[in-house]
Amino acid sequence: MLVSYKWLQEYVDLTGITAKELAEKITKSGIEVENVEILNKGVKGVVIGHVLEREQHPNADKLSKCLVDIGEGEPVQIICGAPNVAKGQKVAVAKVGAVLPGNFKIKKAKLRGEESNGMICSLQELGIESKFVAKEYADGIFVFPSDVPVGADALALLNLDDEVLELGLTPNRADCLSMIGVAYEVAAILGREVKLPSVELEETNESVHDYISVKVEATEDNPLYAARIVKNVKIGPSPLWMQTRLMAAGIRPHNNVVDITNYILLEYGQPLHAFDYDRLGSKEILVRRAKAGEKIVTLDDVERTLTENHLVITNGTEPVALAGVMGGANSEVQNDTTTVLIESAYFTSATIRKASKDHGLRSEASTRFEKGIDPARTKEALDRAAALMAEYAGGEIVSGVAEVNTLKQEEIVVTITIDRINSVLGTAITKEEVANILTNLQFAFTEDNGTFTITVPSRRRDISIPEDIIEEVARLYGYDNLPTTLPVAESQPGKLTPYQAKRRKVRRYLEDAGLFQAITYSLTSEEKATQFALETAEPIRLAMPMSEERSVLRQSLIPHLLEVVSYNRARQIENVAVYETGAVYLAKGNDELPEEKERLAGAITGVWHAHLWQGEKKAVDFYVVKGILDGLFHMLGLENRIEYKQAKREHMHPGRTAEVLLDGRVIGFVGQLHPSFQKENDLKETYVFELALTDLLNAEVEEIRYSTIPRFPSMTRDIALVVDKDVIAGDIQKTIIEAGGELLKEVSIFDVYEGDRLPEGKKSIAFSLRYFDPERTLTDEEVTAVHEKVIQAVEQQFGATLRG
Amino acid sequence: MKEQLQQLQQEALEKIAQASDLKTLNDVRVAYLGKKGPITEVLRGMGKLSPEERPMIGALANEVREAIQSALEEKQAKLEQEEIEKKLASEAIDVTLPGRPVRLGNHHPLTRVIEEIEDLFIGMGYTIAEGPEVEKDYYNFEALNLPKGHPARDMQDSFYITEEILLRTHTSPVQARTMEKHKGRGPVKIICPGKVYRRDNDDATHSHQFTQIEGLVVDENIRMSDLKGTLQAFAKKIFGEDREIRFRPSFFPFTEPSVEVDVSCFNCGGHGCNVCKGTGWIEILGAGMVHPNVLEMAGFDSKKYTGFAFGMGPERIAMLKYGIDDIRHFYQNDLRFLQQFNRA
Repeated sequence: MLVSYKWLQEYVDLTGITAKELAEKITKSGIEVENVEILNKGVKGVVIGHVLEREQHPNADKLSKCLVDIGEGEPVQIICGAPNVAKGQKVAVAKVGAVLPGNFKIKKAKLRGEESNGMICSLQELGIESKFVAKEYADGIFVFPSDVPVGADALALLNLDDEVLELGLTPNRADCLSMIGVAYEVAAILGREVKLPSVELEETNESVHDYISVKVEATEDNPLYAARIVKNVKIGPSPLWMQTRLMAAGIRPHNNVVDITNYILLEYGQPLHAFDYDRLGSKEILVRRAKAGEKIVTLDDVERTLTENHLVITNGTEPVALAGVMGGANSEVQNDTTTVLIESAYFTSATIRKASKDHGLRSEASTRFEKGIDPARTKEALDRAAALMAEYAGGEIVSGVAEVNTLKQEEIVVTITIDRINSVLGTAITKEEVANILTNLQFAFTEDNGTFTITVPSRRRDISIPEDIIEEVARLYGYDNLPTTLPVAESQPGKLTPYQAKRRKVRRYLEDAGLFQAITYSLTSEEKATQFALETAEPIRLAMPMSEERSVLRQSLIPHLLEVVSYNRARQIENVAVYETGAVYLAKGNDELPEEKERLAGAITGVWHAHLWQGEKKAVDFYVVKGILDGLFHMLGLENRIEYKQAKREHMHPGRTAEVLLDGRVIGFVGQLHPSFQKENDLKETYVFELALTDLLNAEVEEIRYSTIPRFPSMTRDIALVVDKDVIAGDIQKTIIEAGGELLKEVSIFDVYEGDRLPEGKKSIAFSLRYFDPERTLTDEEVTAVHEKVIQAVEQQFGATLRG
Repeated sequence: MKEQLQQLQQEALEKIAQASDLKTLNDVRVAYLGKKGPITEVLRGMGKLSPEERPMIGALANEVREAIQSALEEKQAKLEQEEIEKKLASEAIDVTLPGRPVRLGNHHPLTRVIEEIEDLFIGMGYTIAEGPEVEKDYYNFEALNLPKGHPARDMQDSFYITEEILLRTHTSPVQARTMEKHKGRGPVKIICPGKVYRRDNDDATHSHQFTQIEGLVVDENIRMSDLKGTLQAFAKKIFGEDREIRFRPSFFPFTEPSVEVDVSCFNCGGHGCNVCKGTGWIEILGAGMVHPNVLEMAGFDSKKYTGFAFGMGPERIAMLKYGIDDIRHFYQNDLRFLQQFNRA
């Protein structure tokens, strides 16, 4: 809502408060003033001139040579390029020495050999936006009414010596979508009076009922419809002050009748519509829901097809307006209109919102209906419009109002105690202060022993419960005056849940292991939604996506992590190591929320470790990533419950991928991307992993228990085993551990060899075995006995031979 | 004999002084103190001496031996020290060459901000509540006093999946769910961080996915001044001890009264600069007293219980705190961006 500071003064005395100060006060009490625009953009020296003579410029087709009286001595010659300049006009003249917007200084000049002492200005040249300039002056100069005095300040006449406050209204404050509503708000803040416009009607002897009958079928959507007839109007421009106020509020002037309806819309917040009575084609107004497929051509010359959800104003048979949104072209007020039907109605917001949304039409009228208007002002606004039409369009008001009123307006009464106000706010406001605030708001109330009973005026539809009153008191009392306290309650310790605490440790671990945390989008494309997923389900699609790329919820984090790798590689960052924790979304069926499972995923590519001047450089490989995961499982106390199993998965390298099992159940995978997938996606050798974080963090783990630090020496024996190439180390290790029994405390692999020194198809794996007993020193014989058993077991199981 | 001994001593001491390495020194030792050395020779010849001379020469011989011995030891220590120094000098390295790098990643800046806020509130007795990102219309809107057709639903255009299921537009449904779980009994004291989604085109200031942190306290006798005090503490912790906050009245369907909260500009201290657009204040969050409808819908008696709630955007806070100019940075994950948030 754009509020002219000068216009506002008509309703509230603003003496002693500048527009800027007012803006600050309004903002502090609840409505954000987003901007204060000074309409005079540095313009100086522009006066009203009278064009005494106008003739063609001798040397230029498109220029006129004018003799203009500017009220200072002799008339001056001015060359003007506007096509509409004519003898006898009153126009805005920027005198020599004047300044126009953009610090444009007017100097004496010669144009094509003719002297020019100033400039005749269009409204645009004075800083008014083109879209607010009446169409007839859009391409030329503005012509003032003939009665303005020569030499007068043109800026004052155009109300450009004004400032406009732009209110950012929250949806609850629809009451401030009108000058009167704003006036009530400002009056409450300043503790001043509201002056309402006076409406005096002079009616003819004829009855409105001889002209029109009103019927409303859809009373749910339209509880109040009122109409007046004004006859013998003469269409012409509206008065200059009205035009300038409309422009300041962001509405382009048209003609007196239309301008008056818009003026009332701004003043009362009540949208009106003016029909050309003679073009209605009947003596009847019928408000009803449209029939499916019914059509109307609206004022913007667009044919619109309606549904039963839309409310229309009809002449009994066909639509003449899309109720509350836009009038029909068939009944538009035109230059030859003589009789006007003014409609002032209360349409409910849901109906209008639907129509406005369906047709993509947002008008000043529909916005107000959508947010809710004050039906108590509907008829007063109608009367005022009629009065203005009589005054400024020469009309005669036919006696009476044709109306259908099924409105059941219940008074809203709210009761609240002073104690409740203070206990909710934490304040010590007195009864008198509250009474004062309510008085300033012009809320009717009684007070009895600290209990206030308040009758809420219909303009404040946002107030219906005691808390609303608390807010009114608080904002006008001033939030700066609110004390600062902390909740007084039995103290309970705050803490992370074990899951949350572990998740933080997992993140910290991975970062300390060299990975950066990434956060990527949950929405992805149909193709990527199920890629790499540990578990898949029917993809969850948005009903109305904004793009295909963000249309489906992801089931794996890997595709977007690979996008991160690509993004960085495209910026010459070849070595990337990122991880993410986040939800994947698995559908559980219609009308049910999907299951959201938290995953941990990573993507690593490039050089893992480089210390070049010492000759170290290590590219990422499977075992780098596996090592990171091993550390993670160790940190979670799960190292002995995890297994890796060679696996084949889509888009993964068939020989370099393992599934990760926890207690024998697959909870993730790790491996290299399939070379062909890498190629398609322009990636180098890249390793990824994805784990079911929820399972990892929820796995029950024993509490830490201290075990005695060994006091006796351990004994280490190394063995190198030659086995067939397809025997896997993990299996041998398992066998060794089983055979080694109690005394074998640690098995590690320290060498793997394949090559010339071994027979074809064989490899050697060297294990280091550490034996000890916490209770005593082991003898050589004891260890040898166990060690022999170990060797026997691997020989039997894998046909292993000891490498000499 | 006396002269002979004295001459031996002088000779030996000169040779010791001249010895420049341990081997030469050892040769001197053997030459003078060895079993075949001249001093031993002298002592052997003592038998020829008179009984009067014997003790005198014996004492002198011992003196000479000791003098040589101690000179040898002294020189030995010196030479050893020199040897060590020489070895160390040969072992010297260029300490300005780069060290073996330790590879380190770090938190995403949003996590950094979120954890800082979480920890602050944990310290004030809050717990952290989480909830689904794909949510029922009921919890996202209706339970928060936003019935179907409510004009304020326009404020947050949403990604619907079905008529009743959508991507949550704020973390407030977690509040609704948590209150419901409390079955009408306080206190509730939670912080809800999480991802949220709105139908916005991604640009420098908008993102269809972003994060939020909301807080909720419901108990008997919770006052709006408690909200002010809590947020004051928050602002000081996150933006600096000198920060002040101010409330401006606002509107949210789920709170009444509702306020927007500004923090005094941490860049200029409130005098006005380009960060605060000359106002001295920066808007950082929305807050208010929980609307009685919201309390009642979640099963709380709004006559007995009151509560406050607040919500903020970690992106905005991170952008303010670190001077980040484009919200898309958070989701592009450019390593040159992520690496900047590596300090403890």
